[in-house]
Formats: sequence, C-alpha cells, structure tokens
Amino acid sequence: MTATLPGDAPLDEPIALQRPTRRQRLRAVLGADRKAQVGLAVLAVFAVAGIFGALIAPYDPNAMAFDMLTAPSWAHPLGTDDLGRDLLSRIIVGTQVSLFVGVSTVGIALVVGVTLGLLAGYLGGWLDDIIMRYVDLQWAFPNIIIAVYLVAVFGNGLTNVIAAVSLAFVDDFARVSRSMVLSIREEQYVAAARTVGVSDFRIMWRHILPNATAPIIVQATVSVSYAILAEASLSFLGLGVESSTPTWGLILSDARSFVSRAWWLGIFPGLAIMLTVLSINFIGDALRDYFDVRETAG
Amino acid sequence: MSGRAQAGQAPAGQVQAGRGGEALVELRQLRKYFPVRGGILFGRTVSQVKAVDGVSLSIGRSETLGLVGESGCGKSTIGRCLLKLEAPSAGQVIFDGQDIAGLDRSATKALRRRVQAVFQDPYSSLNPRMTVAEIVGEPLLVHGVEPGAAGRRRRAGQLLELCGLSARLIDRYPHEMSGGQRQRVGIARALALRPDFVVCDEAVSALDVSIQAQIVRLLEDLRAELGLTYLFIGHDLSVVRHISHRVAVMYLGHLVEVADTDSLFDDPRHPYTQALLSAVPVPDPEVERHRPRRIVEGEIPSPMNPPPGCVFHTRCPLADEVCRRQVPALEPLGAGRAVACFKAGPAAVPA
Repeated sequence: MTATLPGDAPLDEPIALQRPTRRQRLRAVLGADRKAQVGLAVLAVFAVAGIFGALIAPYDPNAMAFDMLTAPSWAHPLGTDDLGRDLLSRIIVGTQVSLFVGVSTVGIALVVGVTLGLLAGYLGGWLDDIIMRYVDLQWAFPNIIIAVYLVAVFGNGLTNVIAAVSLAFVDDFARVSRSMVLSIREEQYVAAARTVGVSDFRIMWRHILPNATAPIIVQATVSVSYAILAEASLSFLGLGVESSTPTWGLILSDARSFVSRAWWLGIFPGLAIMLTVLSINFIGDALRDYFDVRETAG
Repeated sequence: MSGRAQAGQAPAGQVQAGRGGEALVELRQLRKYFPVRGGILFGRTVSQVKAVDGVSLSIGRSETLGLVGESGCGKSTIGRCLLKLEAPSAGQVIFDGQDIAGLDRSATKALRRRVQAVFQDPYSSLNPRMTVAEIVGEPLLVHGVEPGAAGRRRRAGQLLELCGLSARLIDRYPHEMSGGQRQRVGIARALALRPDFVVCDEAVSALDVSIQAQIVRLLEDLRAELGLTYLFIGHDLSVVRHISHRVAVMYLGHLVEVADTDSLFDDPRHPYTQALLSAVPVPDPEVERHRPRRIVEGEIPSPMNPPPGCVFHTRCPLADEVCRRQVPALEPLGAGRAVACFKAGPAAVPA
C-alpha cells in the first residue's frame, strides 16, 4: 500500500464547521415558525396548570355548592356544573392527568411500536411473521375495546390506564414504521452501509429511522388526541383514573346530560382538548421540518 | 437447493488472472438462484430465477476487470455476492485465498475493510439525512480506526481532497451537491478503510457523459496511486473498454467470453460478444451507415426458464443441434482468452 492515503500524512488543520449546529438549526426552525411558537406557548400554559393545578385553581375542584349549572360569571369564569363545582378549577386540575396520559401513552406506544416495526421490517423472517400477526390481531379490534378490556382485567388507576392506552396504540406505530422500513432498506445507502461493515443496530438507528420520521411524527400527533379521548372514554365507562380526580374526559362525559341546558359544560373541556391537540400538531409540523434536512437547508 | 445446483455443473473452464499476477479474487462455479414464492398462505418456492449460473472467474491484483452484459444478465448479482450482500446458492467466492462464505462475524468485518463498493446511483447511495463528514467518517467510526470525532473529520476532509473535492464540502448534505460531487463522496467513503478491492457497480452509468469521464479518470488515478483492484460492472462498452485490462461478457447468468480488452474489442469470438459490440454506435455517420452489423433477433429469455444447451442458442445465428442440447464450457483459446461457444474455434470467422 502506498503512503498517499489520509492518516499516513500528518493531519491537517481542523476544518471549521461549515453549517449551523443542531441546536442553532432547531432554534432557526422554531424562530421562523409562528404556529409552532403558538403551540409551544399554549402547551406552556397547560404545563403550568398541570404542575401547579391545585394551587392556581380558584376553588376546590370537588367542592359542591348550591349555585348549580350557572353560566360563566365573574365568580365562576367558566360556569359551574350540575353539582355546583367550579368548571375552571376542574379543568385546571384535570390538565395534569389528561396531558400526562395523552403524552406518555403516545410516547410509550411510539417507542415500543417503532421498535417492533423496525425489527419486523429490517430483520424480516419469522420475527416479522410473529410481530405482524400480533399487529393484525390487534388491528382487528378497535383500540378502545382493547383498552377497556385491559383496564377491566387489571383494574383502574393511572398506571393501568396509561399501560392499557399505550398498548392499544402500539400497532399503529408498528405498522407505519414497518412499511417505511420495507422501502428504505432497499435503498443503496443501506447496501453501502452493510458493505462498510455497519452493524444491523446502527443501520436501523442511523440509516433507516432518520429517513422514516415524517410519517411517524404525523402518527404521533394524531394519536395524542385519540389518547386523550381514550382516557375520556375509559372515564366515561367508570374505568378511568379514580373518579375523585377530574380529567378533561371525565368532565366532558359528566356533562353529557346537561349540555342542552348548559353549553359551557361541553365547550370548555372540549376547547382544552382541542387546543392541546392543535398545539401538538403545530409542534409536530415544526419537528418534521427540523428532521427533514432538505426543507431547512441553508 | 445447492445439491441441485451442483448436479448440472458444467466442466469448469477456469480463467486465470490475465496480468500474470496471482488472483486476488476468484469465483468458482458461482451460482445465485432467487426463489420465486407463490401460494396464498405460506410462500412455497414455485420456481427459481437463475441470476448467476455457474460463473468461474478470477481477478488479479491491481487489475481492472470489466464485466458487461445486458441488464438482468446477473452482473450486479455477482457484485453483490462479492460484497457478501448476497450468499451464493452454490459455488465459492474466494478473496485472497479465503472462501468468504465461511467467515465468522469478526472475519467478515475484517473482510469489509478490504472489499468496498462504489454504487450506481449517486442520488440513492448516500443517506440523505447524513452530512458528508458523517458519511465518509462512518467506516472509520464503525471499525474503530478513528474513534475521535475531530480526527474523523480531518480524515474525511483528506479523503475528499484525495477524491478531488474541496474539504469545505464536508458539512453539506447530499442534496446540496451535484451528481458528480456525490459520486466522489461515494468513492471517498469506499476508500476510507484503504480497501484492496473495489466493486464499481455501474459507478458512472447515472452520470452525465462529461462527468463520467472525470469519474473514470479519478478511478484510474486512484487505482494507480493506491494499487487497487477493480471489478468494473457496466453496460456502456466504451467506458468499460477505456478502464479495463480484461473484460468478461455475461449473458443470462453465464459467462460467454473473457479476454484482454484489446483482443476482445478487436476480435470478439463469441457470437453474443460480436452482436454486443456491433450494437455500439460509431460516432462517424458515414462509417456508421456502411459498417456491417450483426443484429440479434428476439428477446432475452427469462432467467426463470433458461433454454437448455447453450443459453444463447435461441438467438444465435450459428446455432445448430449440438448447441440446443449441450452446454458449452468456457474453453481457453490461448492468450488469456476463453470462450463458451462450440462454433468459436481458434479459426473463428472474424466479425
């Protein structure tokens, strides 16, 4: 071997970085994206409400009073429910569980589902058969039925609700990521990585996953809204988190008999769910731009 | 499957490395069959695509062997077997005296340092989410050659300059570069581990003609400078002629002719080679209009159901009864040439 390959000669000067760092790029993406800023601001407000809930709430969320079903007023900015409980306080206190369930279930489902999808799609063979037959099985049942079944078997409580809802969403992520993997693994850069001697794990992590992010992010932002609603449905069936803890879903389902007389009971918790979902969608769009280097190349 | 493949083995016409040196790479009766699965529930193998069907070939050190043939003739499959991206159905791939099929995990990783590839499409052979520094530095990282990020960056810069690119392109993403620049990045990645052998699988086919010339020159310079050995797979005969020392011609999974570049192009012996060469247009329109051409009739048969006897007999103007029944072996004709044809004796009719 001749002595002209790099490494034989003394190393040159370091080459200065020719592009913005990841953090600078994230900042640039967010700085240019108004909708993402609004989303972050709204989520920040909800996060404060979630963390300090009981301290901020003007009333005890479970304290009943005689002024039942009163319309929004100075005393009760969002009105009261059928038991005279202050709706604003209930929504503020409910933020914690609703947001936590919505985000954590999707987080867990995403990690588990994408891992399964990557393994099934990349390694194939019997592992693919087993994983995908399970996913098909789960696909045959509506997510909410699975969650109801699991909570019914394992009992109520925050942990069980989160576990049940996460599991119910795993198949969506497995399916989306597997289909991406199947097309990406045929790309020449994957063959090139194998030729270079890159391990299977690193190929999945560095070569396949980064090129599969867009549909996974879309799936995640959609799933957050379904997860919040799934928690609501469980609460509605009496299978949610304990009934002393108000959640957005619980407030909404409690309101069902009274919405014709008290519009605020339906509007405000619904608005909270909608604002959360919208914000997460905005942030999801910005994240997709950030991950897509072609969009933000400068 | 392998047992069946062995059963129909033709006598091996082993072709020695043309340039006198010992062989670095050797294919022995290489076969690669792809199963065609059918059935509703459990994919049963209903038939096989015989992509490569008994190819024996050797490549000497510092030699460039051109491998040509129509698309679908199995030339890229040979490249993938050499790169250990596909496991042969039967036969052996010998690299530097070792059968690469028998290597364990760590020996395979060691092999990867010595055998590299430049791929066809510079638009899909680079990961769009990685910068040039990450792409060229990855081989150095995964083999532990250069564990530090700063050192990898410097080496990546040097490799870019070796391949005729400015080191300032190091933080570009692939979509920010031209096709020629991308292909140079692909070459830099292939050279990062100082390989001995590089498979160039249609390495210039996707580029503009003017860029092709630059990349071919770069590959030639690198070969001379670094003592590389190339398998240059292509279908553009003028490019293959330019870069290769020897050329092997494939048809439907079989090798039909191997010879030194000049003798192959000046005096092709196999009727398929003659037809292939006569299909190359001549730039001078006057010559083009009057030159004799040998045109092959019909379609290339399906590799799922190749014809018996000589695979070329269905389209060969010289074919007779023998060709339809017997498989011609690749017979040496002297001067490093070998032809698989009953009709191509030493005194074959010149084309």
